[in-house]
Amino acid sequence: MKKTIITVVGKDTVGIIAGVCTYLAENNINILDISQTIVQGYFNMMMIVDRTDSNKQFRETAEDLEKLGEKIGVIIKCQREDIFNSMHRI
Amino acid sequence: MLNIFEVAETNKMIEEENLDVRTITLGISLLDCIDSDLEVLCKKIDKKIYEAAKDLVETGEEIAREFGIPIVNKRIAVTPIALVGGAACKTGEDFVQIARTLDEVAIKVGVNFIGGYSALVSKGMTAADELLIRSIPQAMAVTERVCSSVNLGSTRTGINMDAVKLMGETILQTARLTKEKDSLGCAKLVVFCNAPDDNPFMAGAFHGVTEADKVINVGVSGPGVVKRALEKVRGENFEVLCETIKKTAFKVTRVGQLVAKEASIRLQVPFGIVDLSLAPTPAIGDSVADILCEMGLEYAGAPGTTAALALLNDQVKKGGVMASSYVGGLSGAFIPVSEDQGMINAVTAGALTLEKLEAMTCVCSVGLDMIAIPGDTKASTISGIIADELAIGMINQKTTAVRIIPVIGKTVGEMVEFGGLLGYAPIMPVNSFSCEAFIERGGRIPAPIHSFKN
Repeated sequence: MKKTIITVVGKDTVGIIAGVCTYLAENNINILDISQTIVQGYFNMMMIVDRTDSNKQFRETAEDLEKLGEKIGVIIKCQREDIFNSMHRI
Repeated sequence: MLNIFEVAETNKMIEEENLDVRTITLGISLLDCIDSDLEVLCKKIDKKIYEAAKDLVETGEEIAREFGIPIVNKRIAVTPIALVGGAACKTGEDFVQIARTLDEVAIKVGVNFIGGYSALVSKGMTAADELLIRSIPQAMAVTERVCSSVNLGSTRTGINMDAVKLMGETILQTARLTKEKDSLGCAKLVVFCNAPDDNPFMAGAFHGVTEADKVINVGVSGPGVVKRALEKVRGENFEVLCETIKKTAFKVTRVGQLVAKEASIRLQVPFGIVDLSLAPTPAIGDSVADILCEMGLEYAGAPGTTAALALLNDQVKKGGVMASSYVGGLSGAFIPVSEDQGMINAVTAGALTLEKLEAMTCVCSVGLDMIAIPGDTKASTISGIIADELAIGMINQKTTAVRIIPVIGKTVGEMVEFGGLLGYAPIMPVNSFSCEAFIERGGRIPAPIHSFKN
């Protein structure tokens, strides 16, 4: 299983989580963990997802989410989990 | 499992603090291309490099996209051309023909630099070595992406002063032939003492003869990340300062190790080393000099600078070594003048001189780097500067280098603009007293006593 980290940062507004989750469900991407905070009015969310059953390439998913972010006015990034693990875990 | 703060910390380093992987450098051996016919040799070189590197840029971009970390440069290093071209090249122009071939194939595969227009002459020069060195000015003038380096000395062999003299003249001639571009040719030319075989950084990258057929070496960076981390420990003692640098260097290097391993798998080329370097760029917030200022100096060059740089360099290594399974190359803090906004500011303010830079090179990698000097500087003076710097490397068993740019038609106080990653620089004064009789002696400086370890 190759885990992917999705981060969403932006001004808080209605429907951010709904928008992202709908996209993930439509594309068969399973959510393993969600955490979310609001820092100084800014929405901050991290999702750990599993793309094993999705038929989209990593690149396509990343681009789709980026576009979705532009639509709802937030920045959505999609990165493989390895970069965070290598930096924060020995 | 990962938490949101760890993820946010990494992304903040990338987005706000200029964390990036500075270069993936593919080393390619050209020894099996050797032929006595120049045309055949060039064809073989073109074919070998193209086949090995055709996917390099695309793979680098793919990795950057998936991990969300910029990989700024994709580059190639080849076997020193003096060795490869020795059988085929009868004139300097023949060597220039190889340089053109390298340039063309670099453009074809999309890398921004190709290193290895080099000669290793730390003890003596073969006829081919000398031909190549004499062809460097022409090669730098007619090519865009080819980088050249010459190893002039080592702790084991001493310093080849004949070659040092020749390189003083060669650097000046390179400056003259590229004077329309502010002597840019010299920015692609570096001389070394104790040159490493696996350095991924330009202009000094070449693929050493002790290396495998192909190898992936990665250079990390991240001065901005270290600077930001130190902002949080202002006023704390040296223990806290050092621990902070070490931890940050560890994190930065782990990213380099990850990218190197991934590139190695995807390109099916063995992983060589990670070069643990703090490599600045002219971008604001990506400066090694700013780290020194953050430690408590008004400008880089102020009293205390050598100590600050020594501890920075040492902590970067201590943190980085544990983060990577193989460390190599130059590994340390770079202090180029034109590529570091903080260094430029220090020179402009009068805080930093050539002599202080020389002292700084005793405690960091690499040497006098990207320093613009007046175009009317004598060749023997340039050779004297080189000899001083190489002596530091020889005696201290470390790599030292000189990449100095005599800017033709300009003098102290004027600015020179190289553009892009090479940045811009104020022209620095050079000690005007002569060393001509010293350089004229010829021959070589013997190996130092501590090289006799057997």
